[in-house]
Amino acid sequence: MANKTIIPFGPQHPVLPEPIHLDLVVEDEKVVEAIPSIGLIHRGLEKLVEIKDYQEMTFVAERICGICSFIHGMTYCHAIETVMNVTVPPRAQYLRIIWSELSRIHSHLLWLGLMADSLGFESLFMYSWKIRERILDIIEETTGGRVIFGSAKIGGVKHDITNSKLQEIGKRLDDIEKELKPIARVFIDDHSVKHRLVGVGVMPKEDAYAYGAVGPMLRASGIVQDMRKLGYSAYNELNFEPIVETAGDCYARSVVRIRELTSSFDLIRQASVKIPEGAIDVKVTGNPNGEFMARTEQPRGEVVYYVKANGNKFLERLRVRTPTFANIPALVKILQGCDLADVPVIVLTIDPCISCTER
Amino acid sequence: MSSIIKSPWVIHYDGSSCNGCDIEVLAALTPRFDVERFGIINTGNPKHADIFLITGSINEQNISIVKNIYEQMPNPKIVIAVGVCAATGGIFRECYNVQGGVGEVIPVDVYVPGCAVRPEAIIDGVVKGLGILQKKQEEWSKQA
Ligand code: SF4
Repeated sequence: MANKTIIPFGPQHPVLPEPIHLDLVVEDEKVVEAIPSIGLIHRGLEKLVEIKDYQEMTFVAERICGICSFIHGMTYCHAIETVMNVTVPPRAQYLRIIWSELSRIHSHLLWLGLMADSLGFESLFMYSWKIRERILDIIEETTGGRVIFGSAKIGGVKHDITNSKLQEIGKRLDDIEKELKPIARVFIDDHSVKHRLVGVGVMPKEDAYAYGAVGPMLRASGIVQDMRKLGYSAYNELNFEPIVETAGDCYARSVVRIRELTSSFDLIRQASVKIPEGAIDVKVTGNPNGEFMARTEQPRGEVVYYVKANGNKFLERLRVRTPTFANIPALVKILQGCDLADVPVIVLTIDPCISCTER
Repeated sequence: MSSIIKSPWVIHYDGSSCNGCDIEVLAALTPRFDVERFGIINTGNPKHADIFLITGSINEQNISIVKNIYEQMPNPKIVIAVGVCAATGGIFRECYNVQGGVGEVIPVDVYVPGCAVRPEAIIDGVVKGLGILQKKQEEWSKQA
């Protein structure tokens, strides 16, 4: 039997923009076990509910994660609105969808870039991020922020997009989608990319379910689950299907995300046609009382917000379960038995977002 | 040895940020902003780095890592704190696990404000830092 060696991976590692630490127990070149230690960027923001009131917490929720910032803010607002029985005007619901899908596109493009970087495919990384900047332009023009939008608000949204602007955005998105095609093709067809991804880090359907994976990780293993199908905001009025692949390997996970890009472009198009006229917010007064569990779909999977309020302006409890947290057990499982050289690729295919996870 | 000013290498570490600032650091490296045209290169190895870009605040767990990276960097070196989290703790200042800005554990040369900072601001901060780096360089060579 070969000797076992422990190789530390992270917390400061070239392919990781964020710190996560894995102790990799290796035998020759094979990883036999991966022991994660998380908590390097734990802040403890759930406890902030004791000193920041429920309105102020919207800003904190938006800063749980800088990539899916808007969806965090929106989910928090959705939870509070349900507790307080606030009806959000339909126009605001549609605007929320447009920004959520823009976030999804920018997050997936960001991930494609990082993925390419982990394969050593620098030019692909640069191309993906170049296109991503054009999405950020649209976000900046409509909200004022590039990564932290600051548009979520209890009772609606803070900014409106005029209908002529929506049309212009639609045209720009068409262009962006065209530009994206050749890059998507590299991910799907290129021999060297496929060579690194096909058959690597396979997660069978039963395991994906048993380990509680969420989002693209789960859908790549053939399980149909997309929180948008719950119909929050106005998703129940739009037409889309969850993207599912069956192979369960790194390649399938990439393909799911690439196909989701197309579906997000389509959702924005549908939403900008259907969006009704009207107000973008309602005035919210009083304090929440009650509890609610909000579930929405982030680029990385399902996020759960639990809020408990007892009638004063400070919430009693806020609990956030983020998608990467749910995906870590699955990650540890697929790392067992992989090659040491594949570790960065496998870690990236779960699309880790550590600052969400550790809050 | 003015090469250090003409082509500084940066290392990036995420303290406990919300990663909004981190992705902006990365965005500064990509074609729209392209800091490589100034010779600035992102490295993963502290021993190759001249500039330490740090986002997010300091907490119990990462103090030793931040110090470790800082100590491994060769002299002369500068530290740039990116975002209000790195300056003071920002919106998370009152959290129980946040001890404050980066300045509490290592000397910071430039603070770049913003939440999230914009890539332009990061580039500005680095350019400002280069002046400081040059001064440190001159003092360093006098001593040597
Ligand atoms: S300064 Fe703002 S955007 Fe930057 S890490 Fe802190 S909370 Fe996030």
